[in-house]
Amino acid sequence: MTVKSVKITVVALGLLLLSTALCWAAPPIKIGGLFSITGPASFLGEPERNTAQMVVDEINAAGGIRGRKLQLVAYDTQGDATKAVQAATRLIKEDHVVAIVGPSTTGDTMAVIPIVERAKIPMVSCAAGIKITEPVKPWVFKTAQNDYLAVQKIYENLASKRIKRIALLTVSDSFGSSGREQLKSLAKRYGMEIVSDDTYGPKDTDMTPQLTKIRGGKAQAIICWGTNPGPALIARNAKQLGVKLPLYMSHGVSSKKFIGLAGDASEGIFLPSGRVLVADLLPKSDRQKKSLLSFVRDYQKHFKAEGDHFGGHAWDAVMLLKGAIERGGDTPAAIRAQLERTRNFAGIGGIFSYSPKDHSGLTKEAFVMLEVKGRDWALVR
Amino acid sequence: MPNCGCETETMSHQILQYALSGLSTGAIYSLIGIGFAIIYNSTGIINFAQGEFVMLGGMMTYFFLSLLRLPMLAAMCLSILLTTAVGVVFERLAIRPLRNANPLSLVIITIGGSILIRGIAMLQFGKDTHSIPAFSSNEPLVIADATILPQNLWILGITFLIIAANRYFFYHTINGKAMRACSHNRRAASLVGIGVKRMVLISFAISSALGSIAGIITAPLTMTSYDVGIMLGLKGFCAAIIGGMSSGVGTVFGGLLLGIFESLGAGLISSGYKDAIAFIILLLILFIRPQGLFRKAETERV
Repeated sequence: MTVKSVKITVVALGLLLLSTALCWAAPPIKIGGLFSITGPASFLGEPERNTAQMVVDEINAAGGIRGRKLQLVAYDTQGDATKAVQAATRLIKEDHVVAIVGPSTTGDTMAVIPIVERAKIPMVSCAAGIKITEPVKPWVFKTAQNDYLAVQKIYENLASKRIKRIALLTVSDSFGSSGREQLKSLAKRYGMEIVSDDTYGPKDTDMTPQLTKIRGGKAQAIICWGTNPGPALIARNAKQLGVKLPLYMSHGVSSKKFIGLAGDASEGIFLPSGRVLVADLLPKSDRQKKSLLSFVRDYQKHFKAEGDHFGGHAWDAVMLLKGAIERGGDTPAAIRAQLERTRNFAGIGGIFSYSPKDHSGLTKEAFVMLEVKGRDWALVR
Repeated sequence: MPNCGCETETMSHQILQYALSGLSTGAIYSLIGIGFAIIYNSTGIINFAQGEFVMLGGMMTYFFLSLLRLPMLAAMCLSILLTTAVGVVFERLAIRPLRNANPLSLVIITIGGSILIRGIAMLQFGKDTHSIPAFSSNEPLVIADATILPQNLWILGITFLIIAANRYFFYHTINGKAMRACSHNRRAASLVGIGVKRMVLISFAISSALGSIAGIITAPLTMTSYDVGIMLGLKGFCAAIIGGMSSGVGTVFGGLLLGIFESLGAGLISSGYKDAIAFIILLLILFIRPQGLFRKAETERV
């Protein structure tokens, strides 16, 4: 054996050893997903699961995180808290995930919180409920914008128009009553006077009585808080009654579906919305524009549908985890610590800056004000 | 909410608007209520699937309009026909085989039927809310400072046309008279050679057709989805109860009264109590006139 061939053998042996070592050290990093893929909240869970898988595939195609692949283990909670708890336990005990994305709904999230807190597994929820992160739980984060940020955005816009007297018209379900609470508690800070406070049922088909009352009162603007189809009916009823007051909707109807349902009556309506809807209208200087355009383009390519806010929540959750793992490694404790140190991450829902005191991470700038013009969205300056 | 010393002038305009709004929703309740009454009178059961016929009318019309791109009138006729067929099949499969069961079991069967129809509709048409175009212009009409949409006039007009047709059918045709005979006394009617089973079938056909018409004429205004049937069905039921289960003027009166009360209540008292008002009226009627529900009163009901 020549010296050269000995060298080659040694190098080859070394490489072999190294590669087996790599094989041992590089199983995929497993993250769990809890989404309400079927059931009443499937409109949340389905785009979220789709997006999460899409982002994981993209990360892997680009070489994974620190050379390791990412693997998403997703379960369907069916929007049922009991199933969410079972699935979370399974993710932690059997699949040994290092972090969890989801659940999709506030109810599922609240049910799962005690489990992840006990197991010390970081979770980034895609649900919007304020109580998820207030008070702060060490292992629980979220990506969906809080309702009160939308309220602040509306009040800021009203104040800039010197409007002070407002009429509330909120739906009598959990979304509406949470919005109503926030609208009432923030009114004073923005100098708003609530001159009337009406509600409607989620299945009501005629809101002209409430609007007639508002029209006869002293309000200068109407704020309506609900999800489709109620607000579309209110827009139509307001047009029928010839109500001239500016009409503000919540982010609950920020989708093209609302314009479709309300038809011409949607013209001139204002609403706060995440930036996904208007990704291409944003100025070049907008820091989220790059993330938004890539999300919208990829979603369109994979699923032949428009990417929405809900998919965006999952996009943000997976990318936040990716950032945390890149910086601190893949142990649950390190991921948690790094998540909390996330600053100025420009995602889909907004620009996230978590801190030990804030696990929701967004400000009212996560919303932009939109106006419906010619059956499409226009940015309000 | 503090009461803002509004001037009486505005107040009277408001009340006029409440009344107009109430009339147009009330007309819908009447039409649905009549469907309840017709079946009740010929079979003695409350058909809680009535609301689902309303839903089917609206949803099928949307389906034919948007997916098959049929013209409006064809879509409407086709969905009335299909809903009627659903009503007939429902009677054949669910009611007729069990017609000797007591009314309570039959009522429960209709509830089961309504859940089934709703489930199938959800799978077929999806869970989204849909809207169909108005029959004529969408520009509101102003009547003494109150406004009303042309579609409301269509609803009122079609409702009264149907009620007139109903009256003609029950008083001037042989089948209608036979159905009235059944409602008075089924046994006696069968003894004089009236085919009671056939009358029951006809009553289901008429009710489902009426329900689908109600669904179609309201869909441009209130929109439609797979689950609109529940609430509309209950309101129609209230209207029929107030009207003493008559398939004529009584239920029309009941429906309009209910609509106006709801609207006034929501505007003047509190919008949170809107649905409560309907059910308080229902309970009051049931307490004061309990015979309205399952036992026949002496009054003529057809």
